Amino acid sequence: MGKLSKLPKIYLIIIFIILYAPIFYLIFYSFNSGGSMSNFESFTLDHYKAVFEDTRLIVILINTVVVALLSALVSTTIGVLGALAIVFMRNKAMRNAVLSLNNILIVSPDVIIGASFLILFTLVGIKLGFASVLISHIAFSIPIVVIMVLPKLQEMSPSLIDAALDLGASKRDILTRVIIPFIKPGIFAGFFLALTYSLDDFAVTFFVTGNGFSTLSVEIYSMARAGITLTINALTGLIFIVTVTLVIGYYFISRKAKTPIAGVRK
Amino acid sequence: MNNKPLRPLYIIPYGAWILFFVIAPIALIVYYSFFDLSGNFTFENYQNFFTSVYFKLTISSFWYAFLITFFSLLFAYPTAYFLTKTTHKQLWLLLIIIPSWINLLLKTYAFIGLLGLYGPVNAFLEMTGLGKQQLLFTDFSFVFVAVYIFIPFMILPIFNSLDKLSPALIDASYDLGANTWTTFRRVIFPLTLNGVKSGIQVVFIPALSLFMITRLIAGNKVITLGTAIEQQFLVTQNWGMGSTIAVFLILFMFIIMLVTSGSERGKTGNGKVK
Repeated sequence: MGKLSKLPKIYLIIIFIILYAPIFYLIFYSFNSGGSMSNFESFTLDHYKAVFEDTRLIVILINTVVVALLSALVSTTIGVLGALAIVFMRNKAMRNAVLSLNNILIVSPDVIIGASFLILFTLVGIKLGFASVLISHIAFSIPIVVIMVLPKLQEMSPSLIDAALDLGASKRDILTRVIIPFIKPGIFAGFFLALTYSLDDFAVTFFVTGNGFSTLSVEIYSMARAGITLTINALTGLIFIVTVTLVIGYYFISRKAKTPIAGVRK
Repeated sequence: MNNKPLRPLYIIPYGAWILFFVIAPIALIVYYSFFDLSGNFTFENYQNFFTSVYFKLTISSFWYAFLITFFSLLFAYPTAYFLTKTTHKQLWLLLIIIPSWINLLLKTYAFIGLLGLYGPVNAFLEMTGLGKQQLLFTDFSFVFVAVYIFIPFMILPIFNSLDKLSPALIDASYDLGANTWTTFRRVIFPLTLNGVKSGIQVVFIPALSLFMITRLIAGNKVITLGTAIEQQFLVTQNWGMGSTIAVFLILFMFIIMLVTSGSERGKTGNGKVK
């Protein structure tokens, strides 16, 4: 922080403390043998043990991860195809229209997405539960993948494809051996973002989940409404480690991809 | 790029997605807003929306969203500005972003403990002689927690537009005799306005429709448009009324997007691509 004088430094430090305080506060009390988040009695790992012994919670954890992985996988596939479709569109007005439609789900509030999907699923007759949650996660992740892949595709020189065609490559070869390798970093970045969006989602899942199925966010919500349980704190500790690992992984991938963090273009 | 024959294949899944998950849901919301509880066609929901209850709700919802956006901007701008001055700015930015990727519910839950009657904030207040305060379930705690949740999303676009700003412009301003404040007001701020606008967009729209934080932190004392929609859909099961509120929320969303979308060039928002 060479160029900064004292006051801005203090300001930044305060902001950082406030941003991290709630997280470390939760993790700190996850080691508390007392039952509350106000006085620390003695160190214990009981709450972590409780997390692993609670089969219901483990099932929910597995559900959450399965939904996240599957939805990220499917949405990445569809998103990449969508980005290809947009790039190959020659009509500029049409392309802009499709892009605006693409961005609607990114800017819509979660409540709207949740409510409208609830109507949709009820109307079509999809039972609320695993399927409805998975489908909605796929649906709201697709535009994010498109946004991540598109800049990479636009960066690609058309002469690469022409060269491949001249050298006798088939359409399939062009896709799998020219385009996909070139946009790979964008694809990975999209996959990671889709994964985190799915893991983090509460509002949409809350609307479309039935009685029998729950993800972590929804479960924490109902636990938190009932009051303080230190099991949630232990869960935070575990999730924090996983998230930091994911973020660092994403950071290195996006650095390779030269696409800055969280989808913001340079 | 002129590979015409490749096109139809790609379009199918993505086109289906646009049709079923972008167009159809909005159409369904609009359609349902014209039906009452027993399924009859009616304009009653719209009449209801213009009664004082919903009018007040909308106003208070906007007021809170305004407060949340205002305070986010107030604290985010200096943070972003100082961040661009640090030596390892990308790393610092990453550190700012990490908390935003911790599950939203967990952070909200942390504040239930932090602001609780026996929590550390109250312990601190007692130490300073101010005494215990009821912090949870107040407007203050609601706005504070919401600002906490949204501030990284405000910092990010502002940071990006500040980062793109050429230092030569600032040097030029000083050379021409402007002081720090004038440089900020006449050079830096106008040139980062697009970042500010996209920050406002990504904070204001979700802030209008919060419902989880209102339930957990504000204890039903604050009711926003989001809370009302959730209430109508999941508690009262009145989808018609819920849809009507949603229609207005969508309208507000488009208006806000129109107001806050700057020129397409230099757009730094959450993934807008030209």
